[in-house]
Amino acid sequence: MADKYTITREDWSLHRKGEIDRERHREKVKEAIKKNLADVVSEESIILSDGRKVIKVPIRSLEEYHFRYNNANRKYGGQGDGNAKEGDLLGSEQQKNDGQGKNPGAGEEPGVDYYEAEITVDELAQLIFEDLGLPNLQQKKKPELASEALEFKDVRKTGISGNIDRKRTILEAMRRNALKGEKNGSYDITRDDLRFKTWDVTFKYESSAVVLAMMDTSGSMGPWEKYIARSFFFWMVRFLRTKYQNVQIVFLAHHVEAKETTEEEFFTKGASGGTRCSSVYQLALEIIEERYSPQDYNIYAFHFSDGDNLSSDNDQCVRLVQELLKSCNLVGYGEIEGAYYYGSTLRNAYRKIEHEHFTSIGIKDKTDVYPALKSFFHSRND
Amino acid sequence: MQPHYEMEVLDRAIEKIVAIARGFNLDFYDMYFEICPAEIIYSFGAYGMPTRFSHWTFGKAYHKMKTQYDYNLSRIYEMVINSDPCYAFLLEGNALVQNKMVIAHVTAHNDFFKNNYYFQRTSRKMVENMATAASRIREYEFKYGRDKVEDFLDSVIAVQEHIDPQRHISPAAVKQGADGKSGGQGCSAGARCGHGQCGLENTRESTPYDDLWDLDRTEGAGNCGGPGEQEKTLPRRPEKDLLLFMAEYARDLEEWQRDILSVLREEMLYFWPQMQTKIMNEGWASYWHLRIIRELDLTADEAIEFAKMHAGVVHPSRFTINPYLLGLKMFEDIEKRWDQPTDEERARYNRPGNEGRKKIFEVRETENDLSFIRNYLTRELVDELDLYLYQKVGYEWKVVDKDWEKVRDGLIKNLYNCGYPYLTVQNGDFAKRGELYLKHMHEGIDLDVFYVEKTLPHVFKIWGRPVHLETVLDGKEALFSYDGETVGKKLL
Repeated sequence: MADKYTITREDWSLHRKGEIDRERHREKVKEAIKKNLADVVSEESIILSDGRKVIKVPIRSLEEYHFRYNNANRKYGGQGDGNAKEGDLLGSEQQKNDGQGKNPGAGEEPGVDYYEAEITVDELAQLIFEDLGLPNLQQKKKPELASEALEFKDVRKTGISGNIDRKRTILEAMRRNALKGEKNGSYDITRDDLRFKTWDVTFKYESSAVVLAMMDTSGSMGPWEKYIARSFFFWMVRFLRTKYQNVQIVFLAHHVEAKETTEEEFFTKGASGGTRCSSVYQLALEIIEERYSPQDYNIYAFHFSDGDNLSSDNDQCVRLVQELLKSCNLVGYGEIEGAYYYGSTLRNAYRKIEHEHFTSIGIKDKTDVYPALKSFFHSRND
Repeated sequence: MQPHYEMEVLDRAIEKIVAIARGFNLDFYDMYFEICPAEIIYSFGAYGMPTRFSHWTFGKAYHKMKTQYDYNLSRIYEMVINSDPCYAFLLEGNALVQNKMVIAHVTAHNDFFKNNYYFQRTSRKMVENMATAASRIREYEFKYGRDKVEDFLDSVIAVQEHIDPQRHISPAAVKQGADGKSGGQGCSAGARCGHGQCGLENTRESTPYDDLWDLDRTEGAGNCGGPGEQEKTLPRRPEKDLLLFMAEYARDLEEWQRDILSVLREEMLYFWPQMQTKIMNEGWASYWHLRIIRELDLTADEAIEFAKMHAGVVHPSRFTINPYLLGLKMFEDIEKRWDQPTDEERARYNRPGNEGRKKIFEVRETENDLSFIRNYLTRELVDELDLYLYQKVGYEWKVVDKDWEKVRDGLIKNLYNCGYPYLTVQNGDFAKRGELYLKHMHEGIDLDVFYVEKTLPHVFKIWGRPVHLETVLDGKEALFSYDGETVGKKLL
């Protein structure tokens, strides 16, 4: 019997189904992340990513649910090297979860509980920053602050078909036909008539701005409280640097005393001791006085603390915040309500302040960071 | 190497391998080989079939496989499709000896597809069937909107494994006239088979075992009552085929939705035997690629390359059973035991010896993984392969069983119903409100409660009315219900 077989090599370049569905999956990942920004924003793998470009974000909504067994109670088959005994240890959960991800081979283990999507920090930043802006921005003398803008300001004879300038194209056709003496309205349009809009990247000069980032680094600010403040400032800095070309950020850390630090010190250095929040406001006022005249700059001041302030200092704080409000476009105060939080001292004191440029919020858990970003950075002038 | 020259060399290799395979009495469909770039092989791998419909879950699987390939973590050398003629896709850039091994391997798969009992009812035209289904689904997207179709697919995919591959021998099928025989498509076309039809009773051929069916018979169900009686319980027996049941009886579905249910059911019925015989199928293919390659004249370099590749394929894993390795070892063990039976085996089982080949051909024809392991995994082999069961104990994964019978039974348990919980439809008109009542036939392992709560809403979306699932949690009967708003749980 003659066996039939063939062998061929086809052109597969048009077979793009895998790529198309992969793209749809990416879209869904983005949608899911957008819905869960509050959870994602304070995800440790991002804040502590140390500049890694791609991060993993857990998203439950893209899991493929079906009826399945509880993996915790299941027994699985495996194969040893000839000497396996009952009680041999194959791996442990901690191992799997430490650091950046999985130890080699962990992918084989059953029971991976949620699906992790990969996304670049830039993509994520775009999603987060979509509706953030600097509030109460005003025209100041020194035009330093620039943000990128696209402007359609030129018309050319070649371009992308999506950018056809219909009106000008029709006008060209009419003009050409009129020159030929055509009178009735049925013109043809030739390639020569086509006009396309083209754009230029321009810098839109806005008023210059400075942000004073103030953080409590006293002993009562535990790792969790610091982490919250840090994730807020992480996105704040990233946001300001992506959206505005020339915004300046000044970092101020304080316990009983305040001092200006570098960005790196601000995020990494711990301190201890008591808390006197007025010290940092005092320093902020001095810095404004010396370097950032309110006539030239939009000034934004944000302060994060656990509110555990020396109670004798509270009145002083209120007074200084009111002082700051005279020169700032916005003063924001975020109080982190951690495990040892028992009724605020400072935030209570701030209830007295009634000024439309003052915002105070409480943060109880990680998911409150994103709302905090949104309430501090929504453009109020529109 | 020049492409056309390469093809010529490959062509000669195939001719030789096919002839050797015939010499070994392998019996296979005509072969259609195609050389593909990696992205294409991986997209086939993700979809299970090159012509299948489009869905983001395939995109996700494709992304994962492709990434692993890009980082050099895994490599698929081939992809083979159960069809007549049998399609096999070879990875572009395979070395000649790699292709030789792959060709030998897929030829044995082809033999398995053609001869194993569990594949007898699979459509051999599934490449085309899936293509037409995919184009219908694409039309639905245009007509009803992508999101709507995608949403519905999401829900059906969530329950797609709840079909009944043995339906043709179940009493239900006897009643309804053995679906599937009629044109291979079974109930797909209008998804309206059998309901209320009495005329087709007992089209099944009679066998000496027919009296066994009587054991299942409950009063009144044996004969086809009037319509009134039929409505009493729906279904009349617990129905494992959830997709079929919903396609037939969900009240508010539109035609395109019923079609999608049928399409996914057909595709699952097609894939089921492959899931059911993974160990045997891969073991069979590995057994034969070894023996076929031995017949070829390989250069020293080729022999080393082949040995490396084979070693990679049968590499044992601490966390999972490698089907290639276990299947290969079992077939070799069976062959040995039927070639050289012990005195006891000769006496007790009347096994004359020298029937090894004959026996493994018989096994490849009649068994599936579950029965393969139950009938042929021996104590000696469990010890030799150092198989064990492991489990999570606290935060640690630990070896918990080494006893060969426990290991064997543990492996069987995981193969039962292809590793999916066994659900049946108990009532399609629960509480006389048209609600769907499902029951999990508890096999000793509880369900993942979080997943139950996330999956029930999908069932609701298809059924259109409240849905219930009865199961057992920590030894107590429990009922999960979803009414469109919240998932409730109560103990029965």
